[in-house]
Amino acid sequence: MQETPTAPRPTTLPPSNRPAADPHLPRLALIGNPNSGKTSLFNQLTGLNQKVGNFPGVTVDRKTGMAQLGGQRRAEIIDLPGTYSLYPKSLDEQVIADLLYNPDAADYPDFVVVTVDASNLRRSLLLFSQLADLGLPAILALNMTDLAAERGIQIDLPALERELGVPVVPMNARKGVGVAALRIVMAERLAAPPALRFWEPEGDLLPLVRQIRYYFNLHNDYLALHYAHQFRGLRFLSDDDRAYLLELTEKYKFDSTARQAEETIGRYARINELLLEVVTVTRTEQREPASNKIDKVLTHRVFGYLIFLGILFLLFQAIFAWAQYPMDLIDQGVANFNELLQNNFSGPLVRLLTEGVIAGLGGVLIFIPQIALLFAFLAVLEETGYMARVTFLMDKLMRPFGLSGKSVVPLISGLACAVPAIMGARTIESWKDRMLTIFVTPLMSCSARIPVYTVLVALVVPDESWLGIFNMRGLVLMGLYLLGLVSALVSAFALKKILKARERSYFIMEFPVYRWPRWKNVGLTIVEKVKAFIFQAGKVIVAISVLLWVLASYGPGNRQAQAEAQVQQQAAAQRWPAAETERQVASARLETSYAGTFGHVIEPVIRPLGFDWKVGIALLTSFAAREVFVGTMSTIYSVGQDADLGTVQQKLANEKDINGQPFFTPVRALSLLVFYVFAMQCMSTLAVTYRETKSWRWPLGQLVYMTGLAYAASLLVWQVWG
Amino acid sequence: MAFLRRSPRTVAPVPTSSRRTANDLRVGETATVCCLKDPEMALKLLEMGCIPGTQVRLAGRAPLGDPLMLVLGDEEYTLSLRVSEATTIQLKA
Repeated sequence: MQETPTAPRPTTLPPSNRPAADPHLPRLALIGNPNSGKTSLFNQLTGLNQKVGNFPGVTVDRKTGMAQLGGQRRAEIIDLPGTYSLYPKSLDEQVIADLLYNPDAADYPDFVVVTVDASNLRRSLLLFSQLADLGLPAILALNMTDLAAERGIQIDLPALERELGVPVVPMNARKGVGVAALRIVMAERLAAPPALRFWEPEGDLLPLVRQIRYYFNLHNDYLALHYAHQFRGLRFLSDDDRAYLLELTEKYKFDSTARQAEETIGRYARINELLLEVVTVTRTEQREPASNKIDKVLTHRVFGYLIFLGILFLLFQAIFAWAQYPMDLIDQGVANFNELLQNNFSGPLVRLLTEGVIAGLGGVLIFIPQIALLFAFLAVLEETGYMARVTFLMDKLMRPFGLSGKSVVPLISGLACAVPAIMGARTIESWKDRMLTIFVTPLMSCSARIPVYTVLVALVVPDESWLGIFNMRGLVLMGLYLLGLVSALVSAFALKKILKARERSYFIMEFPVYRWPRWKNVGLTIVEKVKAFIFQAGKVIVAISVLLWVLASYGPGNRQAQAEAQVQQQAAAQRWPAAETERQVASARLETSYAGTFGHVIEPVIRPLGFDWKVGIALLTSFAAREVFVGTMSTIYSVGQDADLGTVQQKLANEKDINGQPFFTPVRALSLLVFYVFAMQCMSTLAVTYRETKSWRWPLGQLVYMTGLAYAASLLVWQVWG
Repeated sequence: MAFLRRSPRTVAPVPTSSRRTANDLRVGETATVCCLKDPEMALKLLEMGCIPGTQVRLAGRAPLGDPLMLVLGDEEYTLSLRVSEATTIQLKA
């Protein structure tokens, strides 16, 4: 390519030529700084009418919803990730550029609603001014007016509207104040982009900008400038487009960093002028904001950590003690329902229903109390602003392990589920910190391990208290969680030595002001997470349960029939009671089934860990997803036992080894527990790691490393104490 | 663009390395931002409202001395940043 092409690239019509009265539903994007109340506003506008998907090609959550506007109109709302400017600093923010810089995109919004923190107008208007200069029709949702008033900030609304050239709606999204007014303003389908410009490329930038504008047929200089800044990250550009832009920027010696700084300073100068006209601050007295006082306690060198530990303790109490009651109810309810069905109907279809479908469904439903409680906790911590303080408190502690304070939230979320946790690691800007966090997060004991832990712990640890206050089972559970945490930190430390940093890591972030949580937001988070669990993980679990039932009920050739005949002969010879015969027959049938054959094949590998072929089946199915373990055990042992369908725990306790002793001894259970602490047994996690890292090296590394660790640890336990 | 100490054409009145930085503040002390040393860090700081001329107050440090809590402007909002990041914020004498 010797010379840069000058003819415009053939494209579709510029956006100004789009049909004016297009019949499609108006589409609007919600955009704003982090902590500007964007999520609250989205929840207020859409309520339960939300969908979570992905932006094309990336895994950034794409939250959309349907909003009822004034005058019986409806609109589709896209909730964009929080950002301080249109120059992306993280993967999350890249999504915004992809959406807003491509007027031909299917998703391109008809207009944007910019949420702005009224108590921090100067900084918030930076983003607004960039959006306005892109030529996007906009509405300014002036949020947190209550906080601004509290701080003696008076905003002249008519003057602000005049200066910005767009409708301004004052509101308090958390309380729902002003939302009705916003709906009415939104219904008036904004057609004209704001006429005012805050900053425009000029001087020596113009030749470059004009060439780009002409080539891509863009409607505005500022958009063309963004192409020059960001062409490397824009996904909708072709390789040829990128090569062209690279050539141009090199030709004009375009210094992106310096130009961005220049622009930002220029914008602030303009915004400061504007604010002089619009804002008056009357300080009644210099008093310290309540948030700062709270910070003195919550980030105190002693109390800060004590309070954090206390909150974690409460979290575990909630998950293990409080959740137990609804879980027992669900467990018992499913067992009763199955018994009812079995007592009244019979036949292979009923057995498929009770032992396959309903048993599997029970394994899904039983998670709901814990997932709901955990996400309720995380949502409250996030809502109140405490999560940011945790990051602050933990940063120095995490750094020796190669992690940052920002890794704490993904790691803690990993206690719920590694899948959203790994996606949550996207807020970590540094590539190395992020990879480390993603790699070790699955070692944190996720909620899918809870049923495995609780069933096995309850089986072998007595329900007694130690020193009168600490429940023994609780202590063992805590030990398992600590084991996961320690292994995550040690693994990160080791990996830190291997991995080379690609760029510098940023830590800087804003502390949100402490607020009471809005229960509506917390509730919506819970609903969203539980729904995602039931419909995504649940499908897999039920499908595998049914598959397992089939595998456990049928066998290759006529081996099952042969084994059954053999047992019948033996029974006749030794005059066994009918119940015993039935039990032996079922056991023989299971052992010769497909699943049993499978378990037998891998038994030599897992025998050194203290496991038999039945556990082997559960381990194998767990590689699809851990939560399948309990369902599998339930299925396997209900096939192996008489028609009495008790709870899983009863079934396991009844299992005897060849000597007639209980099969699950404390050491055997411990070996199995340790295996589950370490092993990578979740296809969804591997899939999400692949999507987040864009490389198979990471998920494969996790699979090999974690499973190897699990095998070694279990081997150690069984060989030393078994 | 005097706040960006990156090209030779920048003329700084005093050698910038001897300037106090946000990390040198005592807890509770207030000062004014003069310039931002590191160009890439500067972009992030600017976007977050840490502009030359802004008042900053060191509100506290994490228990292990790092990161810091900087209050920007007139008690407007609090940023949390590491020592390594705070040292790129130079203060007016």
